[in-house]
Amino acid sequence: MPLYLYILRRILLSVPLLIGITLVAFIIANLVPSDPMTANLSQRAMSDPTIVAAFRAEWGLDQTLPVQYLTYLKNLLSGNLGKSIRSRRPVIDDLRQYLPATIELATAATIFGVGAGLLFGLFSAIARNTVFDILARAISLIGISAPVFWLALLSLLVFYVQLRLFPGPGRLDSGIQAPSSVTGFYTVDSLIAGNWLAFRNAVGHLILPSVVLGSYSMGLVTRITRASMLESLSADYVRTAKSKGLRQRIIVYRHAFRNALIPVLTVIGLSYGVLLSGAVLTETIFAWPGIGRYAYRASTTLDFPAIMGVSLVIALIFTIVNLTVDVLYYLADPRLRAR
Amino acid sequence: MSSTISLTRASAPADLHFRARLGGAVRWLRSHPTILIGSAVIAFWIIGTLLVPLSGRDPLGQDINHSLNPPDASFFWGADKLGRDIFIRVLYGARLTLPAGAVAVIGSVVIGTLVGGVAGYAGGLWEELLMRLTDVFLAFPTIILAMAIAAALGPSINNAILTIAVISWPSYARLTRGLVLQLKTTEFVQADRAIGARHRRILFRSILPNCVGSLVVMATLDFGNAVLIFAGLSFLGLGPAPETPEWGRMIADGVDYADQWWVSIFPGLAIFSVVMALNFVGDGLRDLFDPREARR
Repeated sequence: MPLYLYILRRILLSVPLLIGITLVAFIIANLVPSDPMTANLSQRAMSDPTIVAAFRAEWGLDQTLPVQYLTYLKNLLSGNLGKSIRSRRPVIDDLRQYLPATIELATAATIFGVGAGLLFGLFSAIARNTVFDILARAISLIGISAPVFWLALLSLLVFYVQLRLFPGPGRLDSGIQAPSSVTGFYTVDSLIAGNWLAFRNAVGHLILPSVVLGSYSMGLVTRITRASMLESLSADYVRTAKSKGLRQRIIVYRHAFRNALIPVLTVIGLSYGVLLSGAVLTETIFAWPGIGRYAYRASTTLDFPAIMGVSLVIALIFTIVNLTVDVLYYLADPRLRAR
Repeated sequence: MSSTISLTRASAPADLHFRARLGGAVRWLRSHPTILIGSAVIAFWIIGTLLVPLSGRDPLGQDINHSLNPPDASFFWGADKLGRDIFIRVLYGARLTLPAGAVAVIGSVVIGTLVGGVAGYAGGLWEELLMRLTDVFLAFPTIILAMAIAAALGPSINNAILTIAVISWPSYARLTRGLVLQLKTTEFVQADRAIGARHRRILFRSILPNCVGSLVVMATLDFGNAVLIFAGLSFLGLGPAPETPEWGRMIADGVDYADQWWVSIFPGLAIFSVVMALNFVGDGLRDLFDPREARR
């Protein structure tokens, strides 16, 4: 099957999945017997019958629940996610404001987690049972077992409060003007603006939260890379390569490592989901103005339109990431292409 | 020939037999030291929670004179803002976290096994429907789904447990379905069919008992996740009431005290030790049930 057909098929398969997610979100939002009218409209608007009627018509509130759900889907297609009860703004605008911060953080965390995990896993498999191996395994164990919010708190205490090595919570120091928004990523925007001061500050602020958030992925990727490297190092083709007299470096990197990467790819997709969940806790502690913190505030104020919006966006990101992983998988494993 | 061999085996002294098996077990444990460490850590917490009422200290008892008392002889792990003994509170915390995690995991195993078992056994439209539902729950971001459910139902221990069960069952459903598909074609299931056993009997008496090993491994590893989510929900205020001695909650108590590190470090260490121990035991059990995966 050619690549474009494979991608098209996977995209079509994810459509029912996303519809299912909207349905679950809709059911949860309707578990609570709260009146969306009083939640969405101000006191004054409530006393104006034309506004009330317009709101009812927009969301089909006088209809049955299944019809309401269809109305919700219809509004969704035109980008209308409803109004946040707390911010009194359209949810889509809130998401547009908060999403770039989360994506910036999650990307940095993934780069750290996957990069460090691959390095640790690779070298601890090569140097099996040495001090490095034991150390790398201990670090990966901490990444997997320690609660992310605790790591976040400890890292702030040690590296910000005590050692003053890294800046504190937030995306920038309070004295520094945010670069004008192009992508919404402060690191990229400040580079575009040529603002070195803001760039260095933004990178400094990014390091602690992304290391904390990426620690789980790092642990997972280390473990899988190590295990799968050990397996491929003992495979027949490695023995063949050795008996051909190939250099150790070529055997390890060209033969063993490339084959060991396949199971690692799956884990990267999976750990991205954990990462997005961890973002809620990490952002709350680092006062990072992303959708994780937004979702937390939304859930404590029962702001269901906002919760549904965040769920949808995160599920969408998760689906896209897994699609990408599957495509990489397809490119990496020739056996899949033959099918 | 083979019958004589089995006869001599059966007639070996029971004591010798037992000793040989014990020797095997000891050897196996010696090659898996982590499973011993893990079991020891979990045993420590279980014994600790059982013994802590004997100390006579109240986990809720306030003592303002010792507010934020650093760790010393009278406050082993220090005291929090209200002068409550953190060591005692952490031990009482295990009393909450371990059963909560266990109930949540059992709940998700039951839901997941039923969904996956029926899907794998029935096949066809049922399988399609149930597995697509599983996919939807898998694609949902765990903590956001958890926050939404916990917020909708109201913060409490029971709702947190329910929430964790609702978000963790899909992986069991996938595992069970895979196993059932394999077992469906085995001879003993065909034999069941041949003697006219009913579907329910085949599924629950013949097929599912054979899935227990893999499910136990997954449940042990997942227990750690349940503990982490439970602590995370409480940390966010979506778990038990504020004064409850719960680990995540206690870490949240320490957020405002940068210089009083002991307030949040010990509850965090407790979570870390439990999750690590469960990972150790789970990995060991996986080696036991599936030697093929031994090196992972």
